[in-house]
Amino acid sequence: MTNVLTRRAALALSAGAGAAALSGTAALADANALLNVSYDPTAQLYADYDKVFAAYWAKKTGTTPVLHYSHGGSGAQARAVIEGLAADVVTLALAYDIDSIAKRGLIAPDWQSRLPDNSTPYTSTIVFLVRKGNPKNIKDWDDLVKPGVQIVAPNPKTSGGARWNVLAAWAYALKKTGSEDGAKAYLKAFFANVPVLDTGAHGSTLTFTQRGIGDVLVGWESDAFLSIKQAGTGSYEIVVPSISILCEPPVAVVDKNVDKHGTRALATAYLEYLYAPEGQDVIGRNFYRPRDPAAVAKYGHQFPAVNLTTVQAFGGWAKVQPEFFGEGGLLDQAYGQSGAAFFGGS
Amino acid sequence: MASRFLLIVTAMAFMAVFLLLPLISVFAEALSAGLGAYASAIVDPNVQSAIWLTLIIAAITVPANLIFGVCASWCIARFKFWGRDLLITLIDLPFSISPVVAGLLEVLLFGLNGLLGNWLSDHNIQIIFALPGMVLATIFVTFPFVAREVIPLAQEQGNDEEEAAVTLGASGLQIFWRVSLPKLRWGLFYGVLLCNARAMGEFGAVSVVSGKVFGETDTLSLAVESLYGSYEIQAAFAVASLLAMLALVTLVLKAVLEWLHRDELNAVKRKRTA
Amino acid sequence: MSASIPAVRRPFSWRQPSVLPGFGPTLAVTLLWLTLIVLGPLAVMLWFAAGMGWSGFWGVISTPRVLGDLRVSLTTAFGASLVNVFFGLIVAWVLTRYDFPFRRVADALVDLPFALPTAVAGIALSTLYAPDGWIGSLLTPLGIQIAFQPAGIVVAMMFISLPFIVRTVQPVIEDLEAEQEEAAHLMGATPAQIFLRISLPAILPSLLTGFALAFARCLGEYGSIIFIAGNKPMISEIVPLLIVARLDQFDYQGATAIGVLMLAVSFLLLLTINLLQAWVRRRHGQ
Repeated sequence: MTNVLTRRAALALSAGAGAAALSGTAALADANALLNVSYDPTAQLYADYDKVFAAYWAKKTGTTPVLHYSHGGSGAQARAVIEGLAADVVTLALAYDIDSIAKRGLIAPDWQSRLPDNSTPYTSTIVFLVRKGNPKNIKDWDDLVKPGVQIVAPNPKTSGGARWNVLAAWAYALKKTGSEDGAKAYLKAFFANVPVLDTGAHGSTLTFTQRGIGDVLVGWESDAFLSIKQAGTGSYEIVVPSISILCEPPVAVVDKNVDKHGTRALATAYLEYLYAPEGQDVIGRNFYRPRDPAAVAKYGHQFPAVNLTTVQAFGGWAKVQPEFFGEGGLLDQAYGQSGAAFFGGS
Repeated sequence: MASRFLLIVTAMAFMAVFLLLPLISVFAEALSAGLGAYASAIVDPNVQSAIWLTLIIAAITVPANLIFGVCASWCIARFKFWGRDLLITLIDLPFSISPVVAGLLEVLLFGLNGLLGNWLSDHNIQIIFALPGMVLATIFVTFPFVAREVIPLAQEQGNDEEEAAVTLGASGLQIFWRVSLPKLRWGLFYGVLLCNARAMGEFGAVSVVSGKVFGETDTLSLAVESLYGSYEIQAAFAVASLLAMLALVTLVLKAVLEWLHRDELNAVKRKRTA
Repeated sequence: MSASIPAVRRPFSWRQPSVLPGFGPTLAVTLLWLTLIVLGPLAVMLWFAAGMGWSGFWGVISTPRVLGDLRVSLTTAFGASLVNVFFGLIVAWVLTRYDFPFRRVADALVDLPFALPTAVAGIALSTLYAPDGWIGSLLTPLGIQIAFQPAGIVVAMMFISLPFIVRTVQPVIEDLEAEQEEAAHLMGATPAQIFLRISLPAILPSLLTGFALAFARCLGEYGSIIFIAGNKPMISEIVPLLIVARLDQFDYQGATAIGVLMLAVSFLLLLTINLLQAWVRRRHGQ
């Protein structure tokens, strides 16, 4: 008799589970839930921001929102959203990745002008992170390509930070060698010194800090500060190169999804609050360079002065992405035939 | 008996270092910041979501593979037909396929550039990055678990009692419920136990198809990875300890079952390894 | 006088007739589920791979990274399985032949890698063998680094494959006939001689089977290994991780090609295991 009961119980349980599953997926379509698909290093930033925003929204509307986030290499995340990852907002590493989602009809084409500062509430830059005492004496881009130096950096085909890395490196190499061939040779020497390519900037940070691989981590300034904070002062040092690039990670509402979920009001408010004084304060204390003057006054001192170029100097991302990172682009050319094999795929 | 002593010590030392130590370290690391930190890590809403999601996936996967296992055991163990051995080998296939490949299969079927991708997108159905994809991947990986416990057991037990029941006028379902199932129930329970442990703990396959949204599409295993990668080591081990406790319960139940029914299950083991 | 009864020629039937009902429906369900869940998706993958053409497929497989990672996977799996054959045999022997305190607990513990989720094993092993971990910190002064080196992959593979060897060999050890060993003892053989010349040859086939099962499992394992592996291409990166990397870049073709490669290797191993088991069956006269 127990057997019959077990079978009946099993059937009932699976029916119940099925119903629960359906209602579970329906929850994602709840007007009070938001999914922020972000690039790799922003976990701490948005964990902090989500708490602040949730309190603000609860006070304003009386309901506490349910906020989720997903992290990964910027390019990989963009493709995931295109593939169907139900993002309400995207906060990625560079405008091109959001543009590629817009091209698929998921975001309105004029997204970048909908928020101030070209939809970039915070900026950052590229720096080097070295181990305590800087044993390999790394001061500038030149020192990275010396033999025996191991660089940890992510894969430009998937990571946004990696693409900012390449542009900054290119700016330096072009200025130094004066020719495109010289810059290509530099890029080749750079990646020759990279033992492992992670998919995202945060993966690279973990490889450098937790796995102890490499002599220098080339990546986001925000992540460098975070690593020092996590590991304790003195464990790592930030080295500012002679030239770097102004990184502007933009944010956008994913129109198709918010209209489907009914979350447009919540999503718009979520992004707009990033520009508010409280949002900018969160940004500053998480080591991202804020825009708001009050936050700049409060946090500006913690950031080093850097000589910055911009992506506009290169002609903008629409030109840069295919020229540098497309199939057969400058990156592939720099790396020769083995480029595709090393970076993998398109 | 020095050699005997030496062998025992070697074997136990080996097991202590390679098996016991990792297990102990899970609990040690989980409690390294005290019981308070442990409790708050478990009670965290995202972890609660992960627990719920893991239970849902198991609740769908295990019954599905249970029904399959029972059907397979009936037609394979009770009848002789051409291609039977081939069928058994095919059923065992997922056991020898890497879980990552299992995830890849789902992506090739349901991803945007996959076989059904465009059709699914047109009809607004989300399989990859959502629960259905994760359930399918888990079903694939745990597919043979119940069948491969029950089939040899049923074969070992033979058809005599069932055939006697036929001569006494029982219908198919009656034979199944009242004759076969009681004999098989320990094998079934054993298979369900293993299937459940694997379904709840699966990582590789669901990692490929999950949206990796912590708090939404992360199972317990994925939550462990997510926390570990965010520098939250103690929290990661706290969640891991839940899974480790599940493993221990599974092991204890398994040992009890094997001891109670060692004769039957030993015959099954011999049939399988021989 | 009776007329001769013509011999009844039974027409070829693909199944033996039986009095039991339910064959049709259960077979239908079994085949349907098998096709939907297993065979269908596998066929789709092969179809995708076929779409690449042989040159496309070969182009992906023959890159230095894929070949290098394949070498890493194969050598670490081989090393781990080999070490486990040695220790696994000792463990199986001790658990079967001797009695000592906590023997039952130890016997149950052997199945831990079966039951413990791979991600849990992964972070536990990674933390344990890291330079500042419980075991890692003991080895660092000796200049040995395990975590993030190929040695770490071997350790992780040893963890997950041990039960395959122990559980395959145990029943055979249990079945060893005492008479032969006693006779040898009476004739003056030392325990070592008895083991090497009588017990070991009897166990050898199952040891080989266990080795093959362990090897196959090591090749496909993902969760336990990725945390402790350095993931350096061609040095400490395993093939399953390569598939995930390709998928992260949405390079379906590359991922499929490597997946088919893994399937081919698994299939070969499965075949070897089946042949080994058939050989064992013949030897034991079953």
